[in-house]
Amino acid sequence: MSAMIQVEHLTYVYNPGMPDATTALDDVSFEIEEGQFVGIIGSTGSGKSTLITHFNGLHRPTSGRILIDGVDLWEKPEKIRDFRFKVGLVFQYPEYQLFEETCYKDIAYGPKNMGLDAQEIDRRVRQAAGFVGLSPQLLERNPFELSGGQKRRVAIAGVLAMEPKVLVLDEPAAGLDPEGRDTILGAVKAYHKATGITVVLVSHSMEDIARYADKVLVMDQRKLAIYDDVDKVFAQAPRLLELGLSVPQVTKIFLRLKELGLDIDTDVYTMPYAVKTLQKALEKRKGEAEC
Amino acid sequence: MSKMIDADQIRFRYDPEVDNWAVDGASLKVEKGEFVAVLGANGCGKSTLAKHLNAILLPEAGTVLVEEMDTKDEEQLFQIRQTVGMVFQNPDNQIVATVVEEDVAFALENLGVPSDQIRQRIDQAMKMAGIYQHRNKAPHKLSGGQKQRVAIAGVIAMRPDCLVLDEATAMLDPRGREVVMDTIRTLNREYGITVVAITHYMEEAAQADRVVVMNGGKVVLEGTPAQVFSQADLLREYHLDVPQATELRDELVKLGYDLPQGIISIEECAQAIYKLFQ
Ligand SMILES: Nc1ncnc2c1ncn2[C@@H]1O[C@H](COP(=O)(O)OP(=O)(O)O)[C@@H](O)[C@H]1O
Ligand SMILES: Nc1ncnc2c1ncn2[C@@H]1O[C@H](COP(=O)(O)OP(=O)(O)O)[C@@H](O)[C@H]1O
Ligand SMILES: [Mg+2]
Ligand SMILES: [Mg+2]
Repeated sequence: MSAMIQVEHLTYVYNPGMPDATTALDDVSFEIEEGQFVGIIGSTGSGKSTLITHFNGLHRPTSGRILIDGVDLWEKPEKIRDFRFKVGLVFQYPEYQLFEETCYKDIAYGPKNMGLDAQEIDRRVRQAAGFVGLSPQLLERNPFELSGGQKRRVAIAGVLAMEPKVLVLDEPAAGLDPEGRDTILGAVKAYHKATGITVVLVSHSMEDIARYADKVLVMDQRKLAIYDDVDKVFAQAPRLLELGLSVPQVTKIFLRLKELGLDIDTDVYTMPYAVKTLQKALEKRKGEAEC
Repeated sequence: MSKMIDADQIRFRYDPEVDNWAVDGASLKVEKGEFVAVLGANGCGKSTLAKHLNAILLPEAGTVLVEEMDTKDEEQLFQIRQTVGMVFQNPDNQIVATVVEEDVAFALENLGVPSDQIRQRIDQAMKMAGIYQHRNKAPHKLSGGQKQRVAIAGVIAMRPDCLVLDEATAMLDPRGREVVMDTIRTLNREYGITVVAITHYMEEAAQADRVVVMNGGKVVLEGTPAQVFSQADLLREYHLDVPQATELRDELVKLGYDLPQGIISIEECAQAIYKLFQ
């Protein structure tokens, strides 16, 4: 497997040289391999948004480098636009950025800018809409007539239609009801599975990160604090709490069971695995009791 | 004793020409000192209902009484707005001043409250909201949870009897959500402030005295958190969910294990599972 995103000693300062200069990222280094689904967590102001807006060249490192698919983003600054298509970025509350009079046109906006022909644009719009679960009839509607959750799916489809190699989403489920969360994140996961592209998901929900990500990157006060597999990250509950974060509720239940004196693994962070673990432990207990 | 809020059969639509009701015959009664959580899918009318509770919106049909004052009675408007304070989702849109304590004092100054009284009221409000130690900081330097508590302090400086929070934790990180929820619980339990909290987080609703579920502009389900969350299938029909503690209990019951109904917290769930092993 090769690295899709390489971040090398990335430091970023807002308003450098001014009295209000703020270092938002401080010597951050890591690699994300092609095809991985990486979750990013960290308290407000830890640098998550600043970090991910570097992936498509919206910010230029104050020092350090970013490589996408082996190519240094800022090697040829005049080519930076290419990375806007290569790395699809879905901002927080992206529905506020819809502006065309039909959903179709909104989703087509990116592909059009890429200079694709009408037939290819049409194929991409329909495919992207399908992925996020927007019906063909909705495509001709004005986005402003749609519900908040639907609007957000239009915005995400607009990014998918550019067929990026990396999909980056900043809190895509914020403010949605539980079903809306599942629909959007489920669509992202299905897209990830179907296309094998690299996905980076920023979220404040430990439950969502546990459910969808393979690896977790934890930011703390401008620095990279932890970067590891999901189970290894959520196994560090005390450290996460210290960083203003948390572990999934289901993990808390297991930690409490352990505290109560039960001999049970606590590296449990999803519901199906929790049920399986308990079932096994209970059967073992029953076996012991019968002996 | 009079109710804090008595909204009866209210209907509201944004366009009076179109037969499309954002709130369609919803009733909400809240006792003084109660902590009520309101759940419901996006667009089901929660915010519209909330805006009726301090006369930002007036019902087209039905009545809203706030401590027996009718929100349609213009003469009572000032008193109603003093009685019910609102906190919204985005803390950045609610903060106006460049120093925390100035922001908390803002509304009081606008009302012409004498300055010695202002000092005392804002100090108390900032302490109640747990933000006193940050009183001299710039709001934009605070975390999301701290900013939201500044907004709460600004509202409680008005000494409302009732606080309505419209997804006040939606934009916060886990710690921010926790401290804001702790603050709300303290205001409710220790200061007797009535709380109506709209949320999409089931585990937050589990901390309320009572849960009200809305769907399609109506109240469709109501009860203690334990009663409401024991109806997982019905909740899913309303695009909602149950806390993970409840879900784990339900999954184990499906496998034939015997766990009591009404489990909604981590502690209750852990205790019940622990018993299975004894
Ligand atoms: N446009 C900006 N100008 C100045 N400082 C900023 C700007 N955007 C973010 N910051 C600062 O950079 C730091 C990291 O912010 P951000 O990347 O938004 O964090 P997160 O997304 O984790 O909440 C914070 O201290 C924040 O105040
Ligand atoms: N300012 C407005 N103008 C027109 N329609 C609105 C406005 N605000 C909300 N609505 C509509 O009213 C319905 C209820 O919305 P809202 O009360 O915001 O729901 P919730 O807070 O439960 O998401 C939705 O169909 C929404 O689109
Ligand atoms: Mg951010
Ligand atoms: Mg709302």
